[in-house]
Amino acid sequence: MTELLDPRAIGQALVRRDGEAKVRGTATYAAETPVAHPAYAHPVQATVARGRITAVDTSAAEALDGVLAVLTHENAERLASTEDREYAVLQSAEVAFRGQLVGVVLAETSEVARQAADAVVVTYAEQEHDSELTVDHPDLYAPEQVNAGHETDTAEGDVAAAMATAHATVERTYSTAMVHNNPLEPHATTALWDPAADVPLTVWDSTQGVHPDRAAVCEVFGLEQDQVRVVCPYVGGGFGSKGTPHANVMLAVLAARALPGRPVKLALTRQQMFFLAGYRTPTIQRMQLAADRTGRLQAIAIDVVEQTSRIKEFAEQTGAPTRMMYAAPNRRTTHRVAPLDVPVPSWFRAPGECPGMFGPEVALDELAEELGIDPVELRIRNEPDVDPETGKPWSSRNLVACLREGAQRFGWADRPPPGHRDGDWLVGTGVASSVYPTMRQATSDAAVRFEQGRYVVEIGAADLGTGAWTVLPQIAADALDVPVDDVEVRIGDTRYPVASVAGGSSGTNTWGSAITVAAREFRGKFGRSPAEGDEVTGSVDQATKDEDHAAYAFGAQFAEVRVHADTGELRVPRLHGVFAAGRIVNPRTARSQLIGGMTMGLSMALHENSVWDPRIGQVANHDLAEYHVTVNADVGDVQAHWLDEHDPFVNAMGSKGIGEIGITGTAAAVVNAVHRATGIRVRDLPVTLDKVLAGLP
Amino acid sequence: MDAEVTLTVDGTEHRVRVDTRTSLLDALRERIGNTSPKKGCDHGQCGACTVLLDGDRALTCLALAVAHDGAEITTADGLAADGELHPVQQAFLDRDAFQCGYCTPGQVCSAVGVLEEVRRGWPSHASPDLTADPELSHDEVAERMSGNLCRCAAYVNIVPAVQQAGGAQA
Repeated sequence: MTELLDPRAIGQALVRRDGEAKVRGTATYAAETPVAHPAYAHPVQATVARGRITAVDTSAAEALDGVLAVLTHENAERLASTEDREYAVLQSAEVAFRGQLVGVVLAETSEVARQAADAVVVTYAEQEHDSELTVDHPDLYAPEQVNAGHETDTAEGDVAAAMATAHATVERTYSTAMVHNNPLEPHATTALWDPAADVPLTVWDSTQGVHPDRAAVCEVFGLEQDQVRVVCPYVGGGFGSKGTPHANVMLAVLAARALPGRPVKLALTRQQMFFLAGYRTPTIQRMQLAADRTGRLQAIAIDVVEQTSRIKEFAEQTGAPTRMMYAAPNRRTTHRVAPLDVPVPSWFRAPGECPGMFGPEVALDELAEELGIDPVELRIRNEPDVDPETGKPWSSRNLVACLREGAQRFGWADRPPPGHRDGDWLVGTGVASSVYPTMRQATSDAAVRFEQGRYVVEIGAADLGTGAWTVLPQIAADALDVPVDDVEVRIGDTRYPVASVAGGSSGTNTWGSAITVAAREFRGKFGRSPAEGDEVTGSVDQATKDEDHAAYAFGAQFAEVRVHADTGELRVPRLHGVFAAGRIVNPRTARSQLIGGMTMGLSMALHENSVWDPRIGQVANHDLAEYHVTVNADVGDVQAHWLDEHDPFVNAMGSKGIGEIGITGTAAAVVNAVHRATGIRVRDLPVTLDKVLAGLP
Repeated sequence: MDAEVTLTVDGTEHRVRVDTRTSLLDALRERIGNTSPKKGCDHGQCGACTVLLDGDRALTCLALAVAHDGAEITTADGLAADGELHPVQQAFLDRDAFQCGYCTPGQVCSAVGVLEEVRRGWPSHASPDLTADPELSHDEVAERMSGNLCRCAAYVNIVPAVQQAGGAQA
């Protein structure tokens, strides 16, 4: 048990502290860092999907007025570590995927840098490449573990026997598309290498964590932590793609080190992001469900096939939520990955849970239909008493309450019958569950200092739009027992105490715990009348950590879909979610995160699809005109609600994390609603009109 | 090839030397140092670079600086030039119509342009009657704001913010 903070500032819907700077556009993002006389860097990318560089001709590029340097594997510095092959930029002649970095031009202006990059002539010995994921790819293998340290495979009981004898079964294959995070701010870095300075390398980077970013740079360049400062006050969205640095960061630093004393700016173009900034692997999910007459699951299994790159393994934990969502005596989850000649996949909002709540939640809908049981009721009947994966009791689990509250708010009981027609439109409703694990990272420190009558809190945390600038002062204020206006929180700089990545919906849980430890120590040491400059540092590892409970946030999402009977056009006029995610620190920013996640889930359901061309090995639609994301007119009535949930086991805030749960389950709810409206079961995302047109009544 | 142009940005006149290939966006960001308009795609696909160009909303990444010698430009920062937020900006704050903030200056400028277009009586694809004065309904605002992508997906807050700033019941 953890002593929960008495919520006074916590729970207030405070306006964002960085809001005014953002609506004016004066908040400066990485590429905008005001530096004197910067040089502009433009990458050169490989134009073959696999091969070896046989010649590089930089003469035409170097001859252009304003070109300062052209770096390729032939003249770039040798890196201290090339162990991470994604980061080993310009170190060899080998090309592992189309679009890989093979050079960089530095010039006086961005126009000249770009022109010169185009003028670099690279000759390749092209090799056969293989970039197409198939369910029976000959190179499929079982990774040692999958992302976030999860087991690759789990098994309990005998799924095959249950499938053979059950009253009802579902055995289907589902797939989710390759998708790219596409934060609105392209990945960008301003870097300054000044060997004479106390801190020779300063990196203004767009990152979800200045300290992890710095650690990676130090490793690659053989620098000590105190030789590098990473600064990032604002991030123009990350969604996982800035959670780990990508090759562009190393290229920017490499370029800066070639131009000592002069700041270098390197901003990826939108198109380059489709090669270099991470993405979610396509997933293929073979589902098996077996149930008795009453809908009680006898078996649940998911076998996942997905891809990774040849140079770096990333195995998404798509099977993870199947391990804990519902009760069933016989269970199996497996992951197999195919190593391909493709860019490196990585984190995308709710890795594992997001794709992994698609197949299972659609399969449940198919089971409900077969059994003639309401899909809300079917989920309620399979509520597990304890975590099926670990056997631990839940710290709190309010999925059933979310389903019931959501059903009531949505008007589920009065939903139209299958195939309901309203004029030219077929109307259907669907439901799915949401889940995300409650995590806290192992490392984060916070300093609390009394300064000119105010409390200053420093921690190298990140605000990706999540609200950390606003929410952390609320936590600090309650931990210090002072009005929130008396607290100033400073984040986004490695000059502040170490902080974990803003990922896994763990930021507030982790940083808030460190801040609470520091604040309580501060009060214990200095009382209520501290002197100027009094300061303590607290660490998250001093906070109570519960190991005896399984901690997750849960939710339920309800979608209304309208499908045009003649054209197959799909609209989602209503999308309602109810979540149980512990205590909500700031309802204003929390609602934005949840509706943002749900809307991104809607985008996954209807729009997002990186169309892979296996002949040339690249995303064909690599820009925002052709890679469709949900726009304003696509969105109807999106609502996020939450239950007041008291959880004394998670952390001092009682918070579970809300950045990712909103995107989980949404696509399944939409697909289930499309089926209700049309009778067509789309098992491969996204649901585009061509997939429903032929089957319309 | 370089050329000199005069741009009045947020009330201040700038005489700047640009490459003839320099977009208005890069002239603002890299030459003049005004980074209120953002670069999200550089291809007119996301709307983050929207400013008011001679009074109308415009995508600065699709405009060449040399083609706009003498232009008057208002960025989101310039909308609050007297230190007080523009009603659209205040409405975005009130409704939490953003998260990361990167698309926001473009959304704000676009919204100011939308309200003016509606005031002038310009219909949109969503207008039920092309000859009537458009109203600031949800569908009108959502349609007109759809050239501005928001990856944080604050859309359901952006629409009421624009309606609020336009004086509509939201």
